[in-house]
Amino acid sequence: MEAWKDYVASVKTLPRSVWDSLVRHGAPVTDRSRMEAVFQNLFLHIHPTRVHRWSLRWSYSLGLGLICAASFLLLLVTGVLLMFYYKPSTVLAYQSIQDIHYVIPSGRFMRNIHRWGAHIMVVAVILHMARVFYTSSYKKPREMNWVFGLVLLVLTLGLSFSGYLLPWDQLAYWATTIGANIAQSPRELTDALGITPYFDPGGFQKTLLLGSRSVGEEALIRFYVLHIMILPLLMVVFMGLHFWRIRKDGGLSRPEDADERLGPPGDDALPVFTQAPKKSYGLMAVVRGTSPTVGRGPENTVPAWPHLMTAEAAVFMFTLAITVALSFFFDAPLKEMANPLIPENPAKAPWYFLGLQEIVSFSAFAGGVLLPMLALIGLGLIPYLDREPGGVGYWLGGRDRDRRIFLQSAAFGLGAVIGLEAFAVRFGWLRDWFPGIPQIAITLFNPGTLLTFLYVAYSVWIIRRENSTRLGGIAIFTCLLAGFIILTLIGTYFRGPNWGFYWSPSHWPVH
Amino acid sequence: MSADDRVKEVGRRDLLSLAAWGAFCASLATAMIGMLRLPKPSVLPDPSLKGKVGLPGAIPEEEYRKVPGRNVFVSRSELGVFAISSVCTHLGCVVAPAPAGFNCPCHGSRFDAMGRVVGGPAPRGLDWLKVTKAPDGELVVDEGETVPQGTYWKV
Repeated sequence: MEAWKDYVASVKTLPRSVWDSLVRHGAPVTDRSRMEAVFQNLFLHIHPTRVHRWSLRWSYSLGLGLICAASFLLLLVTGVLLMFYYKPSTVLAYQSIQDIHYVIPSGRFMRNIHRWGAHIMVVAVILHMARVFYTSSYKKPREMNWVFGLVLLVLTLGLSFSGYLLPWDQLAYWATTIGANIAQSPRELTDALGITPYFDPGGFQKTLLLGSRSVGEEALIRFYVLHIMILPLLMVVFMGLHFWRIRKDGGLSRPEDADERLGPPGDDALPVFTQAPKKSYGLMAVVRGTSPTVGRGPENTVPAWPHLMTAEAAVFMFTLAITVALSFFFDAPLKEMANPLIPENPAKAPWYFLGLQEIVSFSAFAGGVLLPMLALIGLGLIPYLDREPGGVGYWLGGRDRDRRIFLQSAAFGLGAVIGLEAFAVRFGWLRDWFPGIPQIAITLFNPGTLLTFLYVAYSVWIIRRENSTRLGGIAIFTCLLAGFIILTLIGTYFRGPNWGFYWSPSHWPVH
Repeated sequence: MSADDRVKEVGRRDLLSLAAWGAFCASLATAMIGMLRLPKPSVLPDPSLKGKVGLPGAIPEEEYRKVPGRNVFVSRSELGVFAISSVCTHLGCVVAPAPAGFNCPCHGSRFDAMGRVVGGPAPRGLDWLKVTKAPDGELVVDEGETVPQGTYWKV
């Protein structure tokens, strides 16, 4: 009868024992079990068990990195749902998007979320980069994580661009045609040198991207594979690296005097270490850095469970709420089906590429390949060229000097881009004055390259005048941001048919 | 065992180790090349780029006719019949006829009636295409084969 009693007892406690076998620690009510809640969980263990109170300040990180991650999660989920119905074929793609939009229950909503999530992710990635830059968070030891962040920026744009073709509407078809020809545009240079028959990287890139001469079935399948498999996988890998490096680099950046500035923790903070730990760890022998001061615990940290978790959940809910609200009120566009014989007029890329399209309208190679590559390389080198210590963890270093240079650079950056654009719109450019001018002269000397040259020259001048590489960095980054914003605005709002300049779409000529 | 012998012994192991790493890298590289070879097709899957455009007499003089379904303009002058591609040399949009020649809707490139670039970002003029005659007397334009500007098919 003993066995029977045990059996009944086991049945009675079945839910409990299954739960205990899944979650080995108890309820997260003690310091120890709160830590275990994080590090014994596969999905949470990328978090630290304790997090510095500075990292939780809204005004510092603005939650922008988390918004990027949250919107990526949203995109993964809605993207997988869309894959149930989407058919990557030139004949069926457009119809399947129409089905998703008009027939499938909540299909329109999922597609809208996918679309708005992509917009929000691009905005958040750019703002996150600006936050990291203006708080000097790229400085040692976080240089490589800044570079990983740039890779994530490129992947985000790549994902947006590859997704743009899939609906197979007019917008998609012509934006992709333009994109593929930008990939081919190194020919502008090789043609000028007369070496295209022997060395043709442009043609190679286009063939690789499209698998054919023009955008068709092969291109659609390639973009589909890139969009649903290759780029998301790379994204996950680099996001993993990015998050992992945050921890390895000592958490979010914070000022040296963060502890004094924070003051004592509030009553709502769960126990904060103030006492000396009872035991030091043998692990100290194998990790780098100075060993912790004897008699002091990791001060001003709070347990990640619940403080960090609630903060993350709040950011996630915020992202979800914004995306859902936008998706509820604004539908993702779908133009008429792709027609390879009649381009859209104007044919516009997604908004975040319109700044590029604006400089591409001066020279395909300079605007589409050369300058973006230079900008990316320049951004990647910032942590290695500006190694001035100090100022980490404050917006603009918390110094008047930095704020002044920021404002000056913004004024210069805005003035230069608006002035050059106004000049080119009003007076035209080299070919309008000298019709026979060789292309290479325009490739190398056009408003885009001139603007880049001005920005670099200004930044070098700031380094020399102010005797500070950090201020030079602020100058070039602020100028790039100003240029990006203005060019994007011009491309979005002031360019009409034949890429002419119009103050408002109501002035567009009627056909 | 003298010191020299020891040096020799390590040298042999180094060599073997180097050879092993070399074999590893070589096999990996071969596999990678094979893999990377895949995305570049040796035959492009496009439909035929050749198309009939009509009998020589049917080609209009001093004006352009858009060949239906193709990115080709054909015309005839006293020198002969010629064909101009309507694909902009800037970024591949399709140009539209304009009073003075052709305009591109995407980035505002402008071409004159002979396809020469007169404004905008296009790096070179519109491609002139090869015109031949089919056995049935109709003219054939090959979009895949460009000819120097000013090449005519004599009527």
